[in-house]
Amino acid sequence: MELYRSHVLVCGGTGCTSSKSQLVMENMEKYIKEYNLDKEVKVVKTGCFGLCALGPVVVVYPEGAFYSMVTPEDTKEIVEEHLLKGRIVKRLLYSPTAEEDDIKSLNEVDFYKKQKRIALRNCGVINPEIIDEYIAFDGYKALGKVLTEMTPEQVVNEIKESGLRGRGGGGFPTGLKWDFTAKAVGDQKYVACNADEGDPGAFMDRSILEGDPHSVIEAMAIAAYAVGANQGYIYIRAEYPIAVKRLQIAIGQAREYGLLGKNIFGTDFCFDIDIRLGAGAFVCGEETALMTSIEGHRGEPRPRPPFPAVKGLFAKPTLLNNVETYANIPVIINNGAKWFAEIGTEKSKGTKVFALGGKIVNTGLVEIPMGTTLREIVEEIGGGIPNGKKFKAAQTGGPSGGCIPASLIDTPIDYDSLISIGAMMGSGGLIVMDETTCMVDIAKFFLEFTVDESCGKCAPCRIGTRRMLEILEKITSGKGEMEDIEKLKKLANGIKASALCGLGQTAPNPVLSTLRYFEDEYIAHVVDKKCPAGVCKDLLQYKINPELCKGCSLCARNCPVQAISGQVKSPFTIDPEKCIKCGVCASSCKFNAISKQ
Amino acid sequence: MSNQAKYVFKGTPEQEQELLKVIDKYKNTEGALIPILHEAQEIYGYLPLEVQKIVSENANIPLAEIYGVVTFYAQFSLVPKGEYSIAVCLGTACYVKGSGNILEKIKEKLGIDVGECSEDGKFSLDATRCIGACGLAPVMTVNDEVYGRLEVKDVDKILEKYM
Repeated sequence: MELYRSHVLVCGGTGCTSSKSQLVMENMEKYIKEYNLDKEVKVVKTGCFGLCALGPVVVVYPEGAFYSMVTPEDTKEIVEEHLLKGRIVKRLLYSPTAEEDDIKSLNEVDFYKKQKRIALRNCGVINPEIIDEYIAFDGYKALGKVLTEMTPEQVVNEIKESGLRGRGGGGFPTGLKWDFTAKAVGDQKYVACNADEGDPGAFMDRSILEGDPHSVIEAMAIAAYAVGANQGYIYIRAEYPIAVKRLQIAIGQAREYGLLGKNIFGTDFCFDIDIRLGAGAFVCGEETALMTSIEGHRGEPRPRPPFPAVKGLFAKPTLLNNVETYANIPVIINNGAKWFAEIGTEKSKGTKVFALGGKIVNTGLVEIPMGTTLREIVEEIGGGIPNGKKFKAAQTGGPSGGCIPASLIDTPIDYDSLISIGAMMGSGGLIVMDETTCMVDIAKFFLEFTVDESCGKCAPCRIGTRRMLEILEKITSGKGEMEDIEKLKKLANGIKASALCGLGQTAPNPVLSTLRYFEDEYIAHVVDKKCPAGVCKDLLQYKINPELCKGCSLCARNCPVQAISGQVKSPFTIDPEKCIKCGVCASSCKFNAISKQ
Repeated sequence: MSNQAKYVFKGTPEQEQELLKVIDKYKNTEGALIPILHEAQEIYGYLPLEVQKIVSENANIPLAEIYGVVTFYAQFSLVPKGEYSIAVCLGTACYVKGSGNILEKIKEKLGIDVGECSEDGKFSLDATRCIGACGLAPVMTVNDEVYGRLEVKDVDKILEKYM
């Protein structure tokens, strides 16, 4: 094996790839070759480091220098200074790690200090396209152990004892699900992986598949052994091209190494995996709809029971888990259920990965032990709200979830605490909102989503959510009446009780939860015809303060619809009839003379 | 339908041959319709009725069922994409950072709505769900190029590159 004195890790996740990390890597390799360092320094493309806001991320070992926002032009300097002369390029260091004469370890930085990476253990550590790197980090050890030392019942019990619950949002005990499928009668059984990550604003599953695809493959093989299946399916969004490609590579390599296929580890156990691409339908994240879609039909859900454990894919008993759930399995087998059960809270064991987004400094991917408070996530790990704004609420669970208001920021994040305050764990999207976010508008945004994504099979969801959206549109355009709020609540509860699948039953949640904590904002829209956050355009007016206006005419020149007029050097005015409320005038004014009211 | 009538189908015999090979490849696979349609869309760029008919006749699946599947999934398009396919992310993270305004600006600038293609076939516009570049929100893509940390005023400059 070749040995290198330095390793340069370049993030190849979607976030960093979007900010040109591929070019950064190519340039890095080019300059390393130019300086004849290619026998001493190795460039490794890894999965996500988590700090997507500061991408592209490059880490150089053995020093552990964490460079952020590296442009393709910066690579020459890193090669010449750091790799050739051994001098760390301070100006590119992620600033919290930069100390006087040294660099601080990543584990001491606020963003990483409170995190515990189990599901993300290999992301940003190994090259996901090389199976040997996964094996070097204990990869496929758990599968070997299971096949050669454990009975299927022992495996199911181990997962049961670990207390692991489904990470796709529902939080159903994983071990129980395995047990049901194992006990189901059938000559043919399937295991499936739900990688149809549909919550707009969640990207944990994608990052795991991009950064550590083998962990999911290994876990599916373990699950197949435990429940008695020989065929697996991964249903993944077609919108995730990098993840799909890495999965294909990983499955190919696993077959080559005999870790998928016939007689794995020399035992009687045979198992293989097929990838099925989704085609852009949110409802296919619902388990029965997902299976209908794999079967090649419109992804419409089926009534339960029968549950998939009894009658799933192609009407055979099927075990379906989500990506993050699977990613935990090999570690639980290697370290034992007891080790896992010591992490987290009484009823929520282990960790949860969140995609932190919205109005927060450190957008990115974080993995925290269950029971961490929202305050710790927002203020410490997330680095607080940018531009000196105030925290207003956090939204979890996407279109099925709810919001957590500032008054409940000390709520511990676990399945049961979140349900008790009307939110939910969800699959892991965590969107932070500040005072400039309108909660009625957010509720409307999510309803637009569900109306769009409703499959149309059952009336409560197809018609009910549309009626709710119409009421919200009425309210945000200033035509709402007080009885509309009551109607919203009635409709919401009706849909919750009567819709066919999880999508419909949870679709009213964003409305119910914003009504629960921000009803005054709804009332402001209805009674005062005002949008307190200044978002709903129909309720806004841009005004020029004559005392601050210097008459420079910049706003009038920038206005796309010529709604601003006046004499140079005397105050200008906006014609509210013509104004389209785009806000260009306010952002172009150098004297802060234009405000929205 | 009137919307599709605008676009004339220009499929070639070579494309049809390629599609027949795809259909043949999947003849023993259970539930193969969606993978076939994915590959068909890669060959033709979209899935007009003409293409659906070829799939129907050769894979032995009723046309009605195929049309049902094509219209169910957002990824399948009945109309062609432009030379430059523009997508604005309307995921939650991008939305709270103002991607709605970016989309409005592009619509105004190109004179087309979401799901449409400009008459000269140059631009098509889509509103997408999360593309996963939340760290760069708000985000838009033009073909494979990603533009992040956008403000409304950036739109002109970006589009001009492709005009």
